[in-house]
Amino acid sequence: MYAQMVDTGVKKIKTLEEMTQEEQAFQKKIDDEIKIEPKDWMPEKYRQTLIRQISQHAHSEVVGMLPEGNWVTRAPTLKRKLQLMAKIQDEAGHGLYLYSACETLGVSRDDLVEDLHSGKAKYSSIFNYPTLNWADMGAVGWLVDGAAIVNQVVLQRTSYGPYSRSMIRICKEESFHQRQGYEILLTMMREGNDAQKQMVQDAIDRLWWPSLMMFGPRDDDSPNSQQSLAWKIKRQSNDELRQRFIDQTIPQLEVLGCTVPDPDLKWNEETGHYDFGEIQWQEFYQVLKGNGPCNRDRIRTRKKAIDDGAWVREAALAHAEKHRDSNAA
Amino acid sequence: MTINMDTQSNSQSEALYDYLLRLGDSPLILGQRLCEWCGHAPALEEEIAIMNIGLDLIGQCRNWLELAAKTADNGQDADKLAFTRDAHQYRNLLIVEQPNGNFADTMARQYFYDAWHLFTLEALCNSNNRDIAEIAAKAVKEVRYHLRRSREWIIRLGDGTELSQQRMQQAIDDIWMYTGEMFEMDDIEKTLVQEGCAADQQQIKQRWLDEVAETLATATINHPDPDAYMQQGGKQGVHTEGLGFILAEMQFLQRAYPNATW
Ligand SMILES: [Fe+2]
Ligand SMILES: [Fe+2]
Ligand SMILES: [Fe+2]
Repeated sequence: MYAQMVDTGVKKIKTLEEMTQEEQAFQKKIDDEIKIEPKDWMPEKYRQTLIRQISQHAHSEVVGMLPEGNWVTRAPTLKRKLQLMAKIQDEAGHGLYLYSACETLGVSRDDLVEDLHSGKAKYSSIFNYPTLNWADMGAVGWLVDGAAIVNQVVLQRTSYGPYSRSMIRICKEESFHQRQGYEILLTMMREGNDAQKQMVQDAIDRLWWPSLMMFGPRDDDSPNSQQSLAWKIKRQSNDELRQRFIDQTIPQLEVLGCTVPDPDLKWNEETGHYDFGEIQWQEFYQVLKGNGPCNRDRIRTRKKAIDDGAWVREAALAHAEKHRDSNAA
Repeated sequence: MTINMDTQSNSQSEALYDYLLRLGDSPLILGQRLCEWCGHAPALEEEIAIMNIGLDLIGQCRNWLELAAKTADNGQDADKLAFTRDAHQYRNLLIVEQPNGNFADTMARQYFYDAWHLFTLEALCNSNNRDIAEIAAKAVKEVRYHLRRSREWIIRLGDGTELSQQRMQQAIDDIWMYTGEMFEMDDIEKTLVQEGCAADQQQIKQRWLDEVAETLATATINHPDPDAYMQQGGKQGVHTEGLGFILAEMQFLQRAYPNATW
């Protein structure tokens, strides 16, 4: 979801007999729910998969600041401005925290960021959609952070220790963001005028499907999931998580008094879940490929920030270097 | 009591109201400028620090403006004051509305303001107006950190690379003419100082000059001409061209949908 399509590089999952002794011991730890720590032996593909997944997650937190930054200068009240600023600050902190988790796997933040800017690394497709009215700040908190939580609550039990611990810490803040987002929408629906109510419905109409896409392809089309599940990097399938999100979100939608743009959505007594319509998979794959409404803009903005800041980071290093010399002398 | 903000008056509560706007508007406008950095800072750590300082400033602004509204008792609240006054009704210092420029420009602006802000708040902790003293005491802890951080950046960039030194020198030189206004006291401030509720800028000025001289020397930055001609007018509502655009952006929703609840 924040990591939607993570390649494991594995064509076929090895059976126990096909594994080396090291691999067997590793898989046994995983099966016994013992966390893998940075110094432990791990299969190279496990390590690479984790780097891809955690860095995608980190990049998502950072790129995700842009659609919110788009409204932080226009928040309607001081309270809303303070809330949004605090959220943005949290997201930057999540990014930092996840980059650190990723660095325990032997990669540098600079290299990861370089991969983002070159287009080699991905981030969640949701952040390639624009935020067009103030209600988007509510809808992003409610739906996007909400979808993130569904995934990340499960990832608290992921097999890699540092990743699991970051998820535990991050989840608390994400739930706060979600409640805050929902409250923005609820206030507009209950105390707002017609124009404000239209903003809310418009935001949901635009963000509903992209939010469902956050969970990644259907299980049938998700060839890498099996290995990730076996390694317990993932703990539940895309479709299971997506269904859980829908099931918990629709009652909240009804409290708002809004609708989602899906004529096929309906409660299914037999399954105890909501049925829903087909996601526009072509759009999903196009946005992942870079053809969403904001992809180019988001990456250019991030690249420019880091490029423009190079002289600042160099100066800080140079100063620290000088300082060290003068201390030593 | 209703206050017509466009006419000057010496009555005590009108002076106090004006002074509270001065205290609240500067952190608001600076906080708004810092919001513009979102997603564009030179490092993730700076994204966090900038947002954090902006949060402090806007939180402080809310306290001051709430007190201003309470003082005026004219049906205003902090949001109305922030989002429905026009530029000429704003009482912030000119320095805080200056554009972000590059990171050195932002840090030079921040440093000069932080030093003034801290010393002013420290003085206000002794105000005989209990509400003022209370708000100042809360803010002082936050602003002490702001100053430490911006001072560090002046030194790092000044005493960093050749390029950063050149940019920091330029930034300091460019913003310098907006520093004098901080210490100019008009009748409003003089009256309130006499009453014991406002900060005496005459006493703060020397402390500020000492702080700045020491930091610039450490940063290997040449001190700008202390007798340079200084801009002023912000505290009286005469601003630079930038403020109108800041407000146009910041107030958009309140202007487009008047009296809506958000
Ligand atoms: Fe986050
Ligand atoms: Fe997240
Ligand atoms: Fe969040």
